[in-house]
Amino acid sequence: MSKLGIFLEIKDGKFKKSNHELISFASKQGREVIAILCAEKLDSHLTHLQGLNKVIQLSSATALLNDTLSQVISETIKKESITDFLAMATPLAKDLLPRISAKLAAPMVCDCVKIDLSAHEATKPVYSGKLLMNYKLNGERYIYSVRPNTYPAEGPSSTQNPVVETLTVNPQSQGMKLIGTTKGASGRVDLAEADIIISGGRAMQSKENFTLLAELAEVLNAGVGASRAAVDAEYASYDMQVGQTGKVVNPKLYLAAGISGAIQHFVGMKTSKVIVAINRDPEAPIFKKADYGIVGDLFKIIPLLKEEIKRVF
Amino acid sequence: MNIIVCVKQVPDTEASLIVKDGVGINEANIKWIISPYDEYAIEEALKLKKTLGNVTLTALTLGPSRCESALRTALALGADAAFHMESEQVLDHMGTARCLAAAIKEIGFPSIIVMGKQAIDDDAYMTHIYLAEQLNAPVSTNLTNVTVTDNEITADREIDEGAKEHLSFSLPCVLGIGKCAYTPKLPNLMGVMKSKKVLIPKKSPVDLDVKELSPSVSALKLFAPPEKPQGRIIGGEPEVAVKELVRLLKEEAKVI
Repeated sequence: MSKLGIFLEIKDGKFKKSNHELISFASKQGREVIAILCAEKLDSHLTHLQGLNKVIQLSSATALLNDTLSQVISETIKKESITDFLAMATPLAKDLLPRISAKLAAPMVCDCVKIDLSAHEATKPVYSGKLLMNYKLNGERYIYSVRPNTYPAEGPSSTQNPVVETLTVNPQSQGMKLIGTTKGASGRVDLAEADIIISGGRAMQSKENFTLLAELAEVLNAGVGASRAAVDAEYASYDMQVGQTGKVVNPKLYLAAGISGAIQHFVGMKTSKVIVAINRDPEAPIFKKADYGIVGDLFKIIPLLKEEIKRVF
Repeated sequence: MNIIVCVKQVPDTEASLIVKDGVGINEANIKWIISPYDEYAIEEALKLKKTLGNVTLTALTLGPSRCESALRTALALGADAAFHMESEQVLDHMGTARCLAAAIKEIGFPSIIVMGKQAIDDDAYMTHIYLAEQLNAPVSTNLTNVTVTDNEITADREIDEGAKEHLSFSLPCVLGIGKCAYTPKLPNLMGVMKSKKVLIPKKSPVDLDVKELSPSVSALKLFAPPEKPQGRIIGGEPEVAVKELVRLLKEEAKVI
């Protein structure tokens, strides 16, 4: 049986939550699974890797750019006779995976919401999620990126430790250099991976008022998002923007506070399992898309909601 | 040095789409726009042109004859020239990259290639990276704040939750542009008038001897996702409504 390869991410020393979705999906395929990841130390991550057949640890003294990384991973895929290679559709993978696809001349479908590995078929949202397209991949190797929150994360399939192989990688970037990095906001929940997102629109009226949403988010361990209108008004930063030119999110619960529900916003969050809308205007289009709605003043309702959730949980 | 900005014509975000012939959409009554990230790419390209001075900025598109209007818009916004790779053929991203690479070599390479990180029709993010591989040039995706100095481009790559990588690229290079912190300009009347007079060369993949265009990723079926049932408005005083919402989220939807 041909081998299945997965790319796992360690971010700021932490095992990314969405890795579990990929491991669970891969473990159910009845195939030998090889994971590739970049890490200096594996010890603290080993419990997450149980049940996998093999882990290839890429180690480097300096930060690797994706041109180097894609070269090393492509060579590894060939050497290990991996025929299907998957990663979660994260910001890193969106840059990395197409490079691997090009280097291996292997067809790729990105942001998959359904994958049939044996038929080499995958379904992805197109036209901002208005429609879905089912694709057939023809080749000798196949590359897929998976939209987060698509497959359930079920924990390790056994207590068997994988075989670990360490590969020391030397940077070999040509034509591009990393000059520096800026850290993002620490401790913030990653919107792409969040189970719950609380988002605010222009009706939030100020940057300070977003604190109300952050406080509610804290009791729910949720991420805080924003509409483009709120970002353009500088109430929220761009990395919080959900929608057409922002992030496409897929949480279990999406709460839209003071968001009217323009199509550009809706396409970024329409696959949320449950949508809640809070808006003063009963005619706001968001109510047509919401599973539950409350017509009223968000400045009253959000604090009440926070207290009620604290009381119930 | 040339600057080439690749633009893709896509249905307007507001357009309602009807599936036609299994894998396509009914194009009747559709309003076509330049994909939003390509609009940022045009602006970034114009900024590069302004800094560099003596360069030709060419807008390039691939697609059927209707795509000419996207090139006219790019010209109206300030591109000096345009090039239409005309094809009715359904291509995958690899095929698209091969066609673009051939067109770019026809326009003039080495050059700086600028394009949106993804188009909002198939929402994929492979083409610019495949193109860079074809041209053997450095590339990165989701770039903003592009600047140019002597023989070097710098740009920010937006990663997670506001984190950024600051990258530099030697020339030639391919830049996949993300959402920038401004609203792209609209063409003005003078630009529109000027754009109408520009002669746009048209070539087909056959004219440029592009090979290996049969898709390795082929569309099987295009379909609408299942409709969600109409939601419900929870009435009553705020205190009552909030209690009911929390109960529903916990007991009915089971999401908290």
